[in-house]
Amino acid sequence: MALQSLDIARRSATTTAAPGVRQTTAVAKLIDVSTCIGCKACQAACMEWNDIRDEVGVNHGVYDNPMDLTAKSWTVMRYAEVEEKGKLEWLIRKDGCMHCADPGCLKACPAPGAIIQYANGIVDFHQENCIGCGYCITGCPFNIPRISQEDNKAYKCSLCSDRVAVGQAPACAKVCPTGAIQFGSKEQMKDYAAKRVVDLKSRGYGKAGLYDPAGVGGTHVMYVLHHADRPELYKGLPADPSISPLVSLWKGFAKPLASVAMAAVALGSLFHYVMKGPNEVSKELEDELEKEDAK
Amino acid sequence: MTNHWVDLKNSDLVIVMGGNAAEAHPCGFKWVIEAKKDRKARLIVVDPRFTRSAAVADFYAPIRAGTDIAFLGGVINYLLAKDKIHHEYVKNYTNAAFLIDEGFKFDDGLFSGYNAEKRSYGKDTWKYQMGKDGFAMVDPTLQDPNCVFQLMKKHYSRYTPELVSKTTGTPQDAFLKICEMMAETSAPDKTMTICYALGWTEHSVGSQNIRTMALIQLLLGNMGMAGGGINALRGHANVQGITDMCLYSEVLPGYLSAPTDADVDRKTYLEKRTPKALRPNQMNFPQNFPKWFTSLQKAWYGNAATDKNDYGYDWLPKKDAAYDVLAIFERMHQGKMNGFFCQGFNPLASVANKKKVGDALAKLKFLVVIDPLATDTSEFWKPHGEFNEVDPSKVQTEVFRLPANLFAEETASFTNSGRVIQWHWKAADGPGESKGDIEILAALFLKLKAMYAKDGGKLPEPIMNLTWPYRIPAKPSPAELLMEISGKALGDVFDPKDKTKVIVKAGDQVAGFAQLRDDGSTSCGNWIYSGCWSQAGNLTARRDNSDPSGLGQTLNWGFSWPANRRIIYNRASCDLAGKPWDPKRTVIKWTGTAWGGNDVPDMRPDAAPDENVMPFIMTPEGVARLFAPAMADGPFPEHYEPFETPLDKNPFHPGNPKAASNPAARVFKGDMETFGKAKDFPYVATTYRLVEHFHFWTKHSRINAVLQPDQFVEISEQLAQEKGIATGDKVKVRSNRGFIKAVAVVTKRIKTLDVDGKKVHTVGIPIHWGFKGVTKPGFITNTLTPFVGDANCQTPEYKAFLVNIEKV
Amino acid sequence: MIRNPKDLARYDAHERANHWLVGICFILLALSGLAFFHPAFYPLTQLFGGGVWARILHPYIGVIMAVSFIVMFFRFRALNVMTPADKEWLSRVGEMMNGDDHNMPEQGKYNGGQKAMFWAMALCMLLLFVSGLFLWRAYFNLPVDLVRLGAVVHAAIAAIMIAMIFVHVYAALWVRGTVRAMVYGTVTRAWAKQHHRAWYRQVTGKS
Repeated sequence: MALQSLDIARRSATTTAAPGVRQTTAVAKLIDVSTCIGCKACQAACMEWNDIRDEVGVNHGVYDNPMDLTAKSWTVMRYAEVEEKGKLEWLIRKDGCMHCADPGCLKACPAPGAIIQYANGIVDFHQENCIGCGYCITGCPFNIPRISQEDNKAYKCSLCSDRVAVGQAPACAKVCPTGAIQFGSKEQMKDYAAKRVVDLKSRGYGKAGLYDPAGVGGTHVMYVLHHADRPELYKGLPADPSISPLVSLWKGFAKPLASVAMAAVALGSLFHYVMKGPNEVSKELEDELEKEDAK
Repeated sequence: MTNHWVDLKNSDLVIVMGGNAAEAHPCGFKWVIEAKKDRKARLIVVDPRFTRSAAVADFYAPIRAGTDIAFLGGVINYLLAKDKIHHEYVKNYTNAAFLIDEGFKFDDGLFSGYNAEKRSYGKDTWKYQMGKDGFAMVDPTLQDPNCVFQLMKKHYSRYTPELVSKTTGTPQDAFLKICEMMAETSAPDKTMTICYALGWTEHSVGSQNIRTMALIQLLLGNMGMAGGGINALRGHANVQGITDMCLYSEVLPGYLSAPTDADVDRKTYLEKRTPKALRPNQMNFPQNFPKWFTSLQKAWYGNAATDKNDYGYDWLPKKDAAYDVLAIFERMHQGKMNGFFCQGFNPLASVANKKKVGDALAKLKFLVVIDPLATDTSEFWKPHGEFNEVDPSKVQTEVFRLPANLFAEETASFTNSGRVIQWHWKAADGPGESKGDIEILAALFLKLKAMYAKDGGKLPEPIMNLTWPYRIPAKPSPAELLMEISGKALGDVFDPKDKTKVIVKAGDQVAGFAQLRDDGSTSCGNWIYSGCWSQAGNLTARRDNSDPSGLGQTLNWGFSWPANRRIIYNRASCDLAGKPWDPKRTVIKWTGTAWGGNDVPDMRPDAAPDENVMPFIMTPEGVARLFAPAMADGPFPEHYEPFETPLDKNPFHPGNPKAASNPAARVFKGDMETFGKAKDFPYVATTYRLVEHFHFWTKHSRINAVLQPDQFVEISEQLAQEKGIATGDKVKVRSNRGFIKAVAVVTKRIKTLDVDGKKVHTVGIPIHWGFKGVTKPGFITNTLTPFVGDANCQTPEYKAFLVNIEKV
Repeated sequence: MIRNPKDLARYDAHERANHWLVGICFILLALSGLAFFHPAFYPLTQLFGGGVWARILHPYIGVIMAVSFIVMFFRFRALNVMTPADKEWLSRVGEMMNGDDHNMPEQGKYNGGQKAMFWAMALCMLLLFVSGLFLWRAYFNLPVDLVRLGAVVHAAIAAIMIAMIFVHVYAALWVRGTVRAMVYGTVTRAWAKQHHRAWYRQVTGKS
């Protein structure tokens, strides 16, 4: 939904600039994995606030449920049992849209206004403009958007843009019982993360750090990780995510190039005709045939 | 909790053992995280499984289910052997110095006075040596071989790290590491807190599990301190409230022990329950028992209760036998009960040995289920495939379902684990024809009363004389009830020091239990709640979270029993001179003229330190009991194996089969045969909750069902390999009482333990499934559990029993 | 209906219908595909009833085009086998473009350029079809890297094909008297003799 109170920074499939004179504070959600107990309150809150109810599934031999993001599960907890040198860790990560500063979904989206990046950093899907092509999935470096089987629209975490627009924290941050999900300005969140990293280092996590990957221009959902040097331990969080070069080629360079090339061929033909004239059957031949006929 | 939820943040070391706070108390666990974040606290988790709490712990150690006393006894031995105790505290604030009867013995697992026939102890030797002055004798040097300290030292000297590790399966280095971390909090300005729950209570040694930790906390000087204490995390939003109101047969509201057949009249009853001080100058607060009890009688019988009729003492039921939940179902199973009211209770799912419970219910004439949900119990008679195999033609019970409101559909009070009573407001009206529980009970009562009035009957007085002063008799309001519980003056109440001065006018609410009287001039439904609704109004509805101390002592938020005190035993947070052990965390202190500070002092406000009034005012000794004769199964906790143990003997008493399992635990006739043996059921099973669900309620809720839809059990990779089970496979788990089928979750988080030279595997069994609800239908976990309980309070042993497992 | 009985039949009715089926599909696909490719073309989705309809229809039209192209491919494959003469023709295509076809070698039914176009089209069609399936989320859910590759290939090939079709159409327009071959099937003898003399000789038996 379009939110008057949030300024738009970028709009999918739109080549002109968005209104940009107002100054807005960039927001961020910080997920401190080191204080997350994997209680799934965030999942429940997401369902409640957004009025989505996924199907009652089955157990697949793990704690994860639903097993993956769906059009009706915009966030899921992912549980990884990691045992190294006799020390077991249960790394639990809340997965969902990272709200990239350079969003691959928005870059790939062909439908004008179906994906909006607000000036505060939230990347939101506007389903009324979505055509259901799935290009956002192709574009996303984190494998987040899902197409609904019911309405063929793409869905993902909106960072509760409707709540943020009226000065509220996202539902998941609001309910998180341990405060593992924090919400505020991106600056504040980085400061908070820095303190957490100091604490974690004092507890023997020498490689603790903030996950705010530069490859996508930074994200508006960040993680504090005990093992920031190995994000992939957390059920495949990409170590160095960026928009795939293929997607960049497809929706970047190729777009103007191909358009120009096609136009060039069309114009080239036109000018060829104008300059060289039509290729008509020669008069001699026609006469020749007439003569034959006359015989 | 002796302390409260917010106070967890003041701790330096948090122990989660016998519970899984992150899983079962995620909101309260916030304060553990705060302690870690802001106080650099460390968190230790000891559990058979690497739990969600362990996921955020600094140190985790595995333990075999049912061996906590062995572990903690080992800690006591470590503290005493390494002299890592808070000496001043132990000497002055506990009964360490008290001399015990010379006849007291502990021999090969049994304390003196054991009667094998009755499976109980005679306590003749479990007592103090009494001096000629009528007080207990003490040896302040703690050197007398019969003083508690020396007896305790001797008792726990057997708990060597080797034997602890051999019994618990906890690696010795992990055990010692934990000892070391705990020992650091013996410093006066360091505190440790313990968060436990049903992982300690639901054992045949449940009460003693908790007592062992209490001993540790006393040795370390952590009781009464901010960030210390013994903290039971209660499992329901209001289970603390139900405990306080004592809806059990053993006790009356406010933990007043209930009259039995032996208490022939009020005088006999009161004499037995009103102790004399065991040391000079002590407050001996239970001496006020007659005031609390009389006020309770007045709250029940009003004007009908007079000194002429012992305030209606004869109308009270007198206990002739045990009426705990196991005893009730035992009696029902024997066909000795006609009807059963089941209010907010789903016993088919939550009582041990589902088959026995189902068979018992089938012998009733009627069953009334008062519940917001269509519970499994209400359909115990109905076949639900293999989940509930029953032949309805064999069930004679008539079942009535009375739809009740849910807590969020009522305005009333909750009491949380931290003893804070909080008023809450209705969020929505109940659906359809549902009614509040109060309204349902009022309707039943008025109908009964009308029937007695019309037809008469045997002993009508308890019903006919019950006071019922509510504005709408058919619908007493929760506010009226809370006012009644808090108490009021029926006549003018005078100052005991100045008999002419009226301190409470007739008709006014009392300000607290100090104003209660034993002459019938006050009424109070529960003395410990007294003052929660004073003349100042409903104090439980207060929502002022200002916290001047920064310790989370929000004295104007709700009302904390007793007397709005947030940390009980808080006098023990100061030294003998009244100075806080840790001035940075001052709970109270002696100001020179009175006790004051950041809490309501647990002490007579003007008791100067040199009066030597000791902090534990609820004991006649004035001090805490390291040696506790009140326990049914021994004054010192001792390790006994669960009734179903993977070992053939108790490693502490290998030669004495009588001391294999708790010798004082009650076993009903026929139930000994239902216990399985390790040769048939080689694996240790333990049951527990998951954070996604609340008991057997939320299986009726779509969101919870989405988050954890399907029944599962957890096993180690080693066991899975041995049994050819892959994660996600369907398995059958059998005990000697029945079986369940579930999906196998094969995990690194459960380890095979090395116990007494053998490999012991653990099977973890979450409890939440049943045949009613929107989750995938499942088996009732308590199909598997044994019908035996703790020796003191009969809480069933859900946490340690034996099973076998196979792939289906 | 042949007005001039001396005209030569170049395409029968089935061939023409087949060609135009492919052609119409291609035009629709190009219009809808361009709309997804560049925002500037997005208004073209209105021709299909909006973005969602364009997204729904595009792949089905693609399947129709693929099937009809396969039929067409087998119809014309044998006629499009390259000969040395074709290669020579191709080497002199610059002269041809420049309006001087005097030195062009004699051509059969199709000249080297047309044959080259035929094979290029066939290859592009194959790539377009396969990569299009990768992108068709209603029925396929492939690994994202494959989808990304598919997207690039689909877009690039589509652009190339559109350019080739421009050339194809322009060639038909430029060489006067050609369009009628695909519209009602006949060409004049003079046209045939001028542009495809070998074919002319073959169908008329004259020199």
